[in-house]
Amino acid sequence: MESLIVELSKYVTVLLMAVYTYRNFRYFGADREKKAIILRRQRESIMMLHLLSFAVLFLNTGDEKLLSLWGAQAVFLWCAPALYGRCYPGRSGLLFDNMCLFLCVGFVILARLSPEKAAKQFAIVVCSAGAAWLIPSIIRRAWQLSRIPWVYGGAGLGLLTMVYVLGDKSYGAQLSLRVGQVSVQPSEFVKITFVFFIASMFYRSTGRRQIGLTSLGAALHVLILTISKDLGSALILFVTYVFMVFAATSEWKYLLVGVFGGWAASAAALKLFNHVRVRVMAWRNPWADIDNRGYQITQSLFAIGTGSWFGLGLCQGMPGKIPVVEKDFVLAAIAEEMGVLSVMCLLLVCLGCFVQFTAIACRMDALFYKLIALGLGCEYIVQVFLTAGGVTKFIPSTGVTLPLISYGGSSVLSTFIMFSIIQGLYILKGDDEEEEGYETEF
Amino acid sequence: MKLNFRKGRKGKKKKTARQKTDRSILCLVYLVVFLFLCLIGYMGYFLVIPRENVINNPYNARLDSFARTVERGRILDKSGTVLAETRTGEDGKEKRVYPYGELFSHVVGYSVRGKTGLEALGNFYLLTCHLNPVSQVTARLAGTKNPGDQIITSLDVRLQQAAGGALGGRKGVVAAMEPSTGRILAMVSNPGFDPNTVLEAWDTITADGDGQARLVNRASQGLYPPGSVFKIVMVLEYIREHPDDYEEFRFDCDGYFERGEYTIQCYHGNAHGSQNLSQAFANSCNGAFAAMGLEMDMQALAETAGELLFNRDQPVSLAYSQSRFLMGEEAGEWEILQTSIGQGATQMTPLHCLMITAAIANEGVLMQPYLIDRVENAAGETVKRFAPAAWGNMTSREEAKILTEMMEGVVAEGTGSAVRGAAYRAAAKTGSAQFETGKESHAWFTGFAPADDPKIAVTVIVEEGGSGGQAAGPVARAVFDAYLN
Repeated sequence: MESLIVELSKYVTVLLMAVYTYRNFRYFGADREKKAIILRRQRESIMMLHLLSFAVLFLNTGDEKLLSLWGAQAVFLWCAPALYGRCYPGRSGLLFDNMCLFLCVGFVILARLSPEKAAKQFAIVVCSAGAAWLIPSIIRRAWQLSRIPWVYGGAGLGLLTMVYVLGDKSYGAQLSLRVGQVSVQPSEFVKITFVFFIASMFYRSTGRRQIGLTSLGAALHVLILTISKDLGSALILFVTYVFMVFAATSEWKYLLVGVFGGWAASAAALKLFNHVRVRVMAWRNPWADIDNRGYQITQSLFAIGTGSWFGLGLCQGMPGKIPVVEKDFVLAAIAEEMGVLSVMCLLLVCLGCFVQFTAIACRMDALFYKLIALGLGCEYIVQVFLTAGGVTKFIPSTGVTLPLISYGGSSVLSTFIMFSIIQGLYILKGDDEEEEGYETEF
Repeated sequence: MKLNFRKGRKGKKKKTARQKTDRSILCLVYLVVFLFLCLIGYMGYFLVIPRENVINNPYNARLDSFARTVERGRILDKSGTVLAETRTGEDGKEKRVYPYGELFSHVVGYSVRGKTGLEALGNFYLLTCHLNPVSQVTARLAGTKNPGDQIITSLDVRLQQAAGGALGGRKGVVAAMEPSTGRILAMVSNPGFDPNTVLEAWDTITADGDGQARLVNRASQGLYPPGSVFKIVMVLEYIREHPDDYEEFRFDCDGYFERGEYTIQCYHGNAHGSQNLSQAFANSCNGAFAAMGLEMDMQALAETAGELLFNRDQPVSLAYSQSRFLMGEEAGEWEILQTSIGQGATQMTPLHCLMITAAIANEGVLMQPYLIDRVENAAGETVKRFAPAAWGNMTSREEAKILTEMMEGVVAEGTGSAVRGAAYRAAAKTGSAQFETGKESHAWFTGFAPADDPKIAVTVIVEEGGSGGQAAGPVARAVFDAYLN
């Protein structure tokens, strides 16, 4: 009976993910009434996925703590979207549901990997959700946000410098600051100030001088991150900057300059930094040094390959063999036990989020808001691409986490803030269109 | 405040700027979507093509978890005779059974304490079921295991028995392969162990009294001094250095070659008299090769040895040792004299010797040795077939032709008399490699037959067997006879 449930659950999990993903894209073409139904179905899929996964986990481990964790998380996953909708009628329900799906998958895989971390992560998620709750109303009211570029720039650079000077080392990179018992990764929040800095700069003007100044500020951010060896974040900010300049000016030459600049910078980094070389070598041929440098990526490939399309089923694989599995390599664990098909669905939903980010960017009128939405969307999707590509050996591993799914407090809070800012834009747009008598499209 | 932002919409110029921005954003979306489709496509590709090779790796501990749902498949010889299978007892316990016991112990290997041999090579296939998915899922839901795929090897039970029988209880190796494809036909390594009881008898098997090393597959892992077998390399290098006049090589052998304080002796001090290159090779005249070595370009010799896979990774999927050729340009006279006759620091595995022999038989082209011919599902439908693959050229076609003629001479007139007068014409080289003073030399014999249309290459080594021609030759003959008659 038990093995029957575990075996069946594999296929049901993939099915639920696939149906969710299908609805996610179906939503864009649906009429208003249909949209409400789709949202409801999506939430039901999430709850079923959550329940099923925890049932399997419980059958396998018999750990009674899982039951209370399941109860608390289920209440959160079911109530949060409803409350949010009540609070902000103009919010995008689809975007919020997607967040819930990511959280749900994160909850499940963390409960599988380490129930203690899962409980801790859940507490952080609840706090972050609470903290981010106010953000849409701030966005809606505080239009002065577009007036203070140097506050963002100064805050971002200050935080990064602090990390560089005072930061703790982990896996060879300076990433975190310790405040009492809590360890914070400021780079997660700098991502947000960075986008605000650039957006407010370009909102003033997109003249040559302004672009030069902005580029200087952006380059400083990237540089400090590079010498702190936080290459993943450096890359994310760099790409985001290039995308934002291109969108702000609509001039292809900036995109080309960005591509060549990035290429030259990578070549230089490869020459200058040993840790870059190590990563690239581990990517080119991890099999040559399977015990050492290639260990993480080969274990990840074993996990993904062994899991194959449908996965081995929760608790049937050995994700614990992959170093840092609950952070950078969480997708490998998901692929191993929940199937590569589930991972593909997740990636498509991430892509769906990005499309929504850019859709609201296009619908906003002010360049400031456009750039905010686009910038945050870029940061989000580039990060997803880096982690998914790194785990599958599509690109060299850069050591970034999967937003909302990987373990880590700072990342969860900053992602919540990002998504809430976007929700704020949706609400703002809703207000606008109500004034003008348009019908809400999304 | 909102008006502040929307003012621009009314102006015509700003509106086009806005449209431009939106179009740029759309371009970026296309770019990102394209990259994600590549990524997702790559993941699919990874599962379809490289996955098998990737996860079939001894470092992948996860494969063992397949055994929970799949009954390990069978390993068969080329005509379907079972070499290993899993039987489930009435108590539901699985037991891996090896009907031929010790005979295939190394090449088939075991799977109970780590995995070796074919059990390791084919681990993934043996633990994968390719019956139709519906019946697989049904079986899983019913709680029964699916039968794993079976491996059809290139091995030939009849030949393996002939080889094992001819070797008798002596320590050593017999390995045979098809030169034109690289199919390994037989691989015997003595002493072996009984894989049926390897777990129970582990301590006895690993208790290493007098260099038994029972778990070691001597064919691919055993490093031996090549002795006169190395003269194949020497002749090849000599031909390369003297492409037009190698036939004019002359050496006058009185049984002993003296150089300063050093003396090189022919086998048992036999005086061979006046020798040209073919004769020196056929009679394995040590003096001639020692003299040849002193004249040789050491750098070029090392390169030739490298081309023949000394000091290099071999295209061998079993666990193997790299053969060693250590002599460089700064070598002293004694080292050169020793190395020229295959003594000194040079060491090679029998499988490596077999590869060189097979390449000569195959016009200089080495085919990668392989053991797995195809994988079938439990119902006998082919799932995957392995095609022969060339590794590359070890020698040129002309060089292979010359070497073949010389090796024919060994059989017709020289030390390879054991395979003389058979129904087929063979080409071979013998060797008697000294490895420790006061002990009998290791007896080598490597060759192929028929010489004009090679069907099989065989390498034999009998540890402490004495003369290659007399101790190892008859073993090779038994294998040739069993295969060609």
